[in-house]
Amino acid sequence: MRGRPNLYTSYRSEMALLPTTTKRVSMALLLIIATLLPLSALPLLGFLGDSSWLVIVNRALVFAVGALGLNLLTGVAGQVSLGHAFFMAVGAYTAVVLGGEPGNTVWGLELPIWIWLPAAGVVAALVGILVAPTAVRVRGLYLAFVTLGLVFIGEHLWRNLGKVAGGPTTGRDWPALEFSWWRGMEPVISFSEDGPLWWFLRPVNLLPWVDIEEMSGEVKTYFFLLVGVIVFALLAKNLMRTRVGRSWAAIRDRDIAAEVMGVNEAKGKTQAFAISSFYAGVAGALFGAVVGRLIPETWNLLLSVEFIAIILIGGAGTVTGALLGTLFVVMLPRVVEEFTVWLAAQAEGDGIFSGVADIFIATSPDDFGLVSTGAAGPGLSIFQLNIVLFGVLIVVFLIVEPLGLYGIWIKIRNYWKGWPFTY
Amino acid sequence: MPAVMAVVQAASQSGIEQFVNATISGLALGAIYAVLALGFVIIFKATQVVNFAHGALAALGAYFVVYFATVLNFPGRFLDFLPISAQWLLSALVAVAATALVGIIIERLTIRPMIGEPLFAVAMITLGLDLIIRTVTNDFMGNQLRGLGDPWGIETLELGLVTISKTQILTIAVAVLAMLGLAWFFRTRMGIAMRATAFDQEAAMAQGISVGKVFALAWAIGAGLAAIGGIVSSVAPRAPGVTPFTALIAFRAFPAVVIGGLDSIAGAIVGGLIVGMAEVYAGTYLTFSWLGVGFSGIVPWLLMMAVLLVKPYGIFGTEEIRRV
Repeated sequence: MRGRPNLYTSYRSEMALLPTTTKRVSMALLLIIATLLPLSALPLLGFLGDSSWLVIVNRALVFAVGALGLNLLTGVAGQVSLGHAFFMAVGAYTAVVLGGEPGNTVWGLELPIWIWLPAAGVVAALVGILVAPTAVRVRGLYLAFVTLGLVFIGEHLWRNLGKVAGGPTTGRDWPALEFSWWRGMEPVISFSEDGPLWWFLRPVNLLPWVDIEEMSGEVKTYFFLLVGVIVFALLAKNLMRTRVGRSWAAIRDRDIAAEVMGVNEAKGKTQAFAISSFYAGVAGALFGAVVGRLIPETWNLLLSVEFIAIILIGGAGTVTGALLGTLFVVMLPRVVEEFTVWLAAQAEGDGIFSGVADIFIATSPDDFGLVSTGAAGPGLSIFQLNIVLFGVLIVVFLIVEPLGLYGIWIKIRNYWKGWPFTY
Repeated sequence: MPAVMAVVQAASQSGIEQFVNATISGLALGAIYAVLALGFVIIFKATQVVNFAHGALAALGAYFVVYFATVLNFPGRFLDFLPISAQWLLSALVAVAATALVGIIIERLTIRPMIGEPLFAVAMITLGLDLIIRTVTNDFMGNQLRGLGDPWGIETLELGLVTISKTQILTIAVAVLAMLGLAWFFRTRMGIAMRATAFDQEAAMAQGISVGKVFALAWAIGAGLAAIGGIVSSVAPRAPGVTPFTALIAFRAFPAVVIGGLDSIAGAIVGGLIVGMAEVYAGTYLTFSWLGVGFSGIVPWLLMMAVLLVKPYGIFGTEEIRRV
């Protein structure tokens, strides 16, 4: 049906992953961009290949896995969860106990990644199923309180389970991202150390301008995580297209109507909890492995709220929204930091904008400004500014654009679809 | 922190003394939670908004007291003929009024445009507000502890077996006053208007009630009660002052609300007392090492989960009747 992109002649073609040519082309472009991104081979976006930026991109990829999970629970099944940080912590600590190095004060079994990564997800999912009975009984905002409680109970647990989580302010080291067959064996592929990319890719160099023999650890981590995100995004998208996902959406839209149609509400909610927790657990384990060392205080309410912000800013209920939101929320602090540093330089200098910049930036303790770059300035520190920005973004998006970045994209798309008749 | 203090005290006391003192500090803590929960429930009943920024407002109220009483000495500097305690109480009153004003501003700027939107969205807005208020307050406070400058400090009264600190008496008195004040308020013209709005917004509007005014008032009262709760929870002996953690302590009023039932005034009071007593008793008696340090802090949450398993709408909450 050339030239009729919106004409579907079968249900199958309407529910296809990429129903239109435009979508197929843009997805292929996205994949190419994503592959070339860390190799500094792209115009404009090449700076993202620097190792300091790539660390943040990797963090975004890890968070994308968690956000996809929360999106299934909150966006698709309509269950508000503030407990995502708790489930991430469960996964992360499962991973570190199974894969971490044992010490005098901590447990660790040093098992390989193909055990600890799936186990992190499975254990988190089991805990999710354990919590589900309470969650299934309560409705709407009561559930938000139950999951809020989980975060606080979790924080208490991690602070006190020193054998699992390490000391309260020191934390412990997570296993590195490397694949080996069994403990003590030489890793077959390492995703975290500098060196050649893959042993089996060595003879065929597909991209002649890229040095595949010597690749930094961040780049290799990036590729590992990218594959993970693609797999999990596909899984989420397919879940949403099949019976399970549709039953969740039915529960979200009107629970009584769903039950009348034969959807088992308790079963649907438990499934949503389990699968979302699986995503969270894997994300937590990857977070630990990518960062290397985490303290027990990492898994606090702020982390949960960060995920809520991702979902709300990106656009609830869509995979694209979850990915967009993650990129936006995780990259934002770094962008703000760069911008603040630039503004501070402007305020110090005597360019055209130095007066404007000086209002916003306090460079010394007795200078007035909304944001301070010095240690003891009167304004907000950059860290605090970021938290405030999260809050402001959540509020503004909910009031102005409830569908989030995805909604903005849809609006832009529809504008150009009808152009020049854009009324 | 309070749990540790209670344990140290307990070591030198006989069993019955320990129990009586635990009961009294449980009552005082329960009164704090009840006041916080009341403010929360009033906002929820009148406007159907779950206010996650309640803890932030509580800390803000306490910070206003620091500012008015110790930094500005307002209004005490104009009224130096009054005794110091009266001057402090006046400062506290100004702080409560200031927080109520913040509540009105919040309602007008962020809640009013959201009328008719899903409750979940509005609740998430208050979560965003919580981040904003807490961070900005912390920035002005700095990370160190700020005393509220109350004139009583750790002075206590000995009544036979019972040792009760003056601020605990103040706390309980304030809580009782707040409850009586609310009971009176709901009999006034405006209070009846609020009850009507809580019952049915459209019908109330049709009767000529200004629902917008009721919303603003509900947020003012709610924020004011949050401030009162924040102030009494950051004076000795509960805490030596406001810290960035004060807002988190106020978070524990949420289980109190949920246990009582989100939309029940009586439930807020009962829930507050239950949670307060449970927390102090746990701090006094459940001191086994395997429970970990600070176990009493999560007792409210555990209690909440247990109650929700049995009664999904809390003890006094109205069960949602779902029409097909």
